[in-house]
Amino acid sequence: MTETVTALETSGLGKRYGRTWGLQDCSFQLPQGRVAALVGPNGSGKSTLLRMASGLTRPTAGEIRVLGSSPQHQTVDVLKKVGYLDQERPVYKTLRVEEMLRFGRSLNPGWDDQSARRYLAELDIPLRSRVGKLSTGQQAQVALTLCLAKRPELLLLDEPVAALDPLARQRLMQVLLGSVVDDGTTVLVSSHALSDLEVVCDYVIILSASHVQLADDLGHVLATHRLLVGPRRDASTLPEHVQVVAGTHTDRQSSWLVRAGQPVTDPSLDVLEPTLEEVVVAYLRDQADPGLANAGTRFAHGKSREGAPTNNEEVGAR
Amino acid sequence: MERNRTPESNSALIGFRLDPRTGVPAYRQLVDQVRHAVRLGVLRPGDQLPSVREVVTQISINPNTVHRAYRELEVAGLAEGRPGLGTFVLAPATPPITAEHQSELHGELDRWVRRAHAAGVDDEGIQALVALSLRQDDEASLSDASTERAVR
Repeated sequence: MTETVTALETSGLGKRYGRTWGLQDCSFQLPQGRVAALVGPNGSGKSTLLRMASGLTRPTAGEIRVLGSSPQHQTVDVLKKVGYLDQERPVYKTLRVEEMLRFGRSLNPGWDDQSARRYLAELDIPLRSRVGKLSTGQQAQVALTLCLAKRPELLLLDEPVAALDPLARQRLMQVLLGSVVDDGTTVLVSSHALSDLEVVCDYVIILSASHVQLADDLGHVLATHRLLVGPRRDASTLPEHVQVVAGTHTDRQSSWLVRAGQPVTDPSLDVLEPTLEEVVVAYLRDQADPGLANAGTRFAHGKSREGAPTNNEEVGAR
Repeated sequence: MERNRTPESNSALIGFRLDPRTGVPAYRQLVDQVRHAVRLGVLRPGDQLPSVREVVTQISINPNTVHRAYRELEVAGLAEGRPGLGTFVLAPATPPITAEHQSELHGELDRWVRRAHAAGVDDEGIQALVALSLRQDDEASLSDASTERAVR
C-alpha cells in the first residue's frame, strides 16, 4: 500500500446549483489503496462529490485533484485512471453483454477484456444475454465489471448495492474486493448500508448538510470514539479531554458519543466501543440538532493518517 | 463454511466467518479462528493459510484487515509469511489436541453440559464451574510439584 500520491484531494471544494449549495467548503485527502465509505443522508452532496471527482461536473468553488491531476484541466489523464459508476447504473438495455464488452474495448485503451470475461463467468452471466433481460443484480454486476475492465486506479461508486438482494450484494462486493487485491485500486463508495461497509472499508468520509463532518482512517475513528452512558447529567461535567459529538437524554439517563484522545475513567460512566453506524448517526444528529452538542467540539476536516492506528492510540473501554 | 458460495472454486484449507454481533474486531476474529484451527489440528504446520484474495472474496472484508490478522499471527509465532508464496502455519508451542483425545474429551464434555443444563445450570454457571476447576487443577499441580521437590 503506497500512500505517496493521494488518490483524491479536495480543498474548499464547493458546487452550487442555482441558489443552493450541493456541497460546500469540502476539504479532505483520501490516500491511495484505501477502500473509503462515503456516508451521509440523501441530499448531503455525496453524488455531487463523486461526479466532480469523475470530471462529469465542474466545481463552483475550490479545488479537486484526482491522482495528482485536475479533472477539469487534465480531463483525459483523469478519465483514463478513474472508473465511475452512477447510481442509475446506465447500461444499454438492448445490447447483449458481449456487445457492451466490445463497446468498452473500443473506447478504453487499457481495456482488460480477459478479466472482464472472467468476472462475468464467475458471476454466471451469459455473454449472449441482452442486458435488459438480466435481473437488477446482474445489471449492476455487468456495470461494475465494465468499470473494472478499465483497470481504474480510482473507482467511484455511487450507491452500488442499493436495490440489490443480499446474494447479489455479496457477489458485487467480492468482485470489487478481488480487484482491490489484484490491482491496488482505491475505492470511494457511497452507501447507506453501514453494517456492510464496516468490514469492507478502512476509511470513512461523513458528509452532512453539504459539509464534511469527518474524514479519517476507520480504525482510528473507532479507536478514538466512545459511547458514554450514565445517570443524567450536564455535558459540562464530563472529563475535560472528552469532546461531545452528540448526546441524548432521558429523565434518568444521559448518553453521549464522544471523541476521546485518552481513556475515560469516570467510574459513574459506562464506556462502550461504538460501531461505525453509531458514530455516523451521532455526527448526522449533531448536524440535525446542534443544540444537543457542545458548540465547537465537532471535528470537521479530519486529517488523513498514515497506516493503521497503533494500540497506544486506542482508548480503553470496558 | 459449509454454505460458502463464492464464485470461485475454493481450494483454501479453512473458511473464515465474521460475527458482527460479538463486537470483537474483524482482524481479531480471523486470528482466533486460525488459533482454534491449529489447536484442533485442522491446520497443521506447513499448511498454507488462504490467500488474502481468497479471504476477501469469501467474506467481503477489507484486504488490509486480512493483512493485519496475518501479521499478528506472524508476530505471535504461529505463522510465517514467505514472500511471493503466501502465509504458512508454523509448529505451535502447545501441541494440538489429538483426534483421539478430542473425540473422547469432547464427548464427555457434551454429556456433562447436558447434565448441567438439565440441572438448571445456565451457560454463565457452566463457565464459572469450568473456570473454578481450571484454577483448582492449577493449584493442585503446583502443590504436587512442591511435594515432589520436598520428597527429593
